[in-house]
Amino acid sequence: MSSRAAPAPAPAPASSPAAPAIPAGLTREQLLELYRYLRLTRVLEERLVALYRQSKVIGGLFRSLGQEGESVATAYALERGRHRDILSPLIRNLGAMLVMGAQPIEILRQYMAKATSPTRGRELNIHFNDLERGYLGQISHLGDMIPVMAGIALSFKLRGEPRVGLVYIGDGGMSTGAFHEGLNFAAVQRVPLVVVGEYNHWAYSTPPERQFAVRDLAERVKGYGVPAVTVDGNDVLAVYEATKAAVARARAGEGVQFIEVKTYRRKGHAEHDDQRYVPKDELEWWAAHNDPIERYVQRLRAAGWAREEELAAIDARVRAEVDEATDACVDEPLPPPASALEGVYATPPAAPLHWYRRR
Amino acid sequence: MAEVTYLEALRQGLWEEMERDPNVFILGEDIGLYGGAFKVTEGFLERFGPSRVIDTPISEAAIVGAAAGAAHMGLRPVAEMQFIDFISCAYDMLTNYVATARYRAGLATPIVVRGPCGGYVRGGPFHSQNPEAAFFHTPGLKIVAPATARDAKGLIKAAIRDDDPVLYLEHKWLYRRVKEDLPEGEEVLTPIGAARVAREGRDLSIITYGATVWKALEAAERLERDDGVSAEVVDLRTLLPLDDAAIVRTVRKTNKVLIVHEDTRTGGVAGEITARINEQAFEWLDGPILRVTAHDTPLPYAPTLEDFVLPQTEDIVNAARWLAAY
Repeated sequence: MSSRAAPAPAPAPASSPAAPAIPAGLTREQLLELYRYLRLTRVLEERLVALYRQSKVIGGLFRSLGQEGESVATAYALERGRHRDILSPLIRNLGAMLVMGAQPIEILRQYMAKATSPTRGRELNIHFNDLERGYLGQISHLGDMIPVMAGIALSFKLRGEPRVGLVYIGDGGMSTGAFHEGLNFAAVQRVPLVVVGEYNHWAYSTPPERQFAVRDLAERVKGYGVPAVTVDGNDVLAVYEATKAAVARARAGEGVQFIEVKTYRRKGHAEHDDQRYVPKDELEWWAAHNDPIERYVQRLRAAGWAREEELAAIDARVRAEVDEATDACVDEPLPPPASALEGVYATPPAAPLHWYRRR
Repeated sequence: MAEVTYLEALRQGLWEEMERDPNVFILGEDIGLYGGAFKVTEGFLERFGPSRVIDTPISEAAIVGAAAGAAHMGLRPVAEMQFIDFISCAYDMLTNYVATARYRAGLATPIVVRGPCGGYVRGGPFHSQNPEAAFFHTPGLKIVAPATARDAKGLIKAAIRDDDPVLYLEHKWLYRRVKEDLPEGEEVLTPIGAARVAREGRDLSIITYGATVWKALEAAERLERDDGVSAEVVDLRTLLPLDDAAIVRTVRKTNKVLIVHEDTRTGGVAGEITARINEQAFEWLDGPILRVTAHDTPLPYAPTLEDFVLPQTEDIVNAARWLAAY
């Protein structure tokens, strides 16, 4: 095992006839719902891999394998529904998007650049948004979403709305100027913003020791007067509990909160990346001993919070849902070419067509 | 009637929009307690309070990014760059995030980014810039550059009401130099995308914007007086989108064009205007399209150097004489 791997999780407690109390105020139904989102994220990505290999995914494919736990658990700690909390995901936060209400068919259409996709074929992968449901897609320039989400949280503060923003940043993205400007601005303005720092060990091929000279991301933000905690990012319930507390503090007017989640990116930057820069034993260790979904299932089983047939039924439903979504959109057309001119501005409604294209 | 300066007209426009629409708020460096480096926002903090007049850290990317986020939520932020030179620190946020938001994601981002631009004030390389060309190339942004007090007011109001992001380039050389009677109580709105004829003429057209509108007008007077040449001056007012119809109209009227801008020459707005005239009104030309611009250098500080680099009235007169005789 590599020296940079996190310590193995504590063994699951032996199950007892009387199930232990569920932590963090969650109900059994919510535990199962969390499981459904975890499974949905993984199954949907596996489907995308198949579509990618069939060349039906037009661009790159970005996996969140190994990071589904923190993505789902952080989003699940928000208030969801029309015009409630808003988060801004990164490329590996598919799970968070799904929790906020993004539909599998929307993800599939985005990746396949369908005319019916949320961005009508203009943008890739999970770069799309629905502010009513509560998610604002990122742009590729890392760090930029921190100031933007600071502005969204500022609007909550200015209007006196009891809403919270949540934004993700990676161990690599935290090297950008926009991150630091945005975090400082948000801290000074004491806006209701929760920042989730994802320590997933790899920024494309660059390891943390070439990104920053301290051990923890949490250390880096304390200088901004932002309270910061570090949690095991592959422990779904621990991440949920930490986020829930941070969201409550932000909602109560205590300003920006930072949660560092230690996790691990088990696939390459994108599907084309063969990860030759990753020690093989390290990858194997995380896959075998620290998979967030496996750990969560073990915990549910050990505590007696879920029955096998319930989990199996969720698995079956998720597969059926992804199958159905795929069948519904895989043969849909790409956008009509001239629709490319629409919507650069509110006015004028379309860019002019070059004369030599006129027929 | 009250005679107001360009700066006061801008201030009035901003004030009136904040009175009219509670969604309008302003943010920037030293704009609240201090009232802004040029006092454009003096008195705003007292009137509108700290939640609508936000003093920010020195963080242009955060200022523009936060404005964008607030705009997505239905607010109408006006972000000040203390000097427009510093807008380059927010270049990524403006060109990658803001400009693309509607197109890629259907996100409305009705922000205004405004700030003092331009030279002739001995400001040196970092307090005199004209950044329009850097953003002129970015679909999704609008750029306005008022030359008169009326348009300073009319364009800030129109920019705030516009549903797209607008860069508002206010010229610091004009702040207190230009005055105009603006009737109190009159709603002054200048449509974005519409040029104006600042001076009618017959023999040639001078197409310009910003501070050089005044230098062109001065040159036109001298041409009339000394040469009997009648020069038309077109004040573009909006650079993005350009008013092609107004440009073609003046070309068809005078058949000779001189384009003047204070910005440097290579890759400047004049080149684009030249190309458009070539495409849309080539057969109406009776001479080559000429440019009077700054030389292609950073802007130096010493008066002898700055005056040499920047376009002067004399340059416009000389170029126009040559063109009139062509």
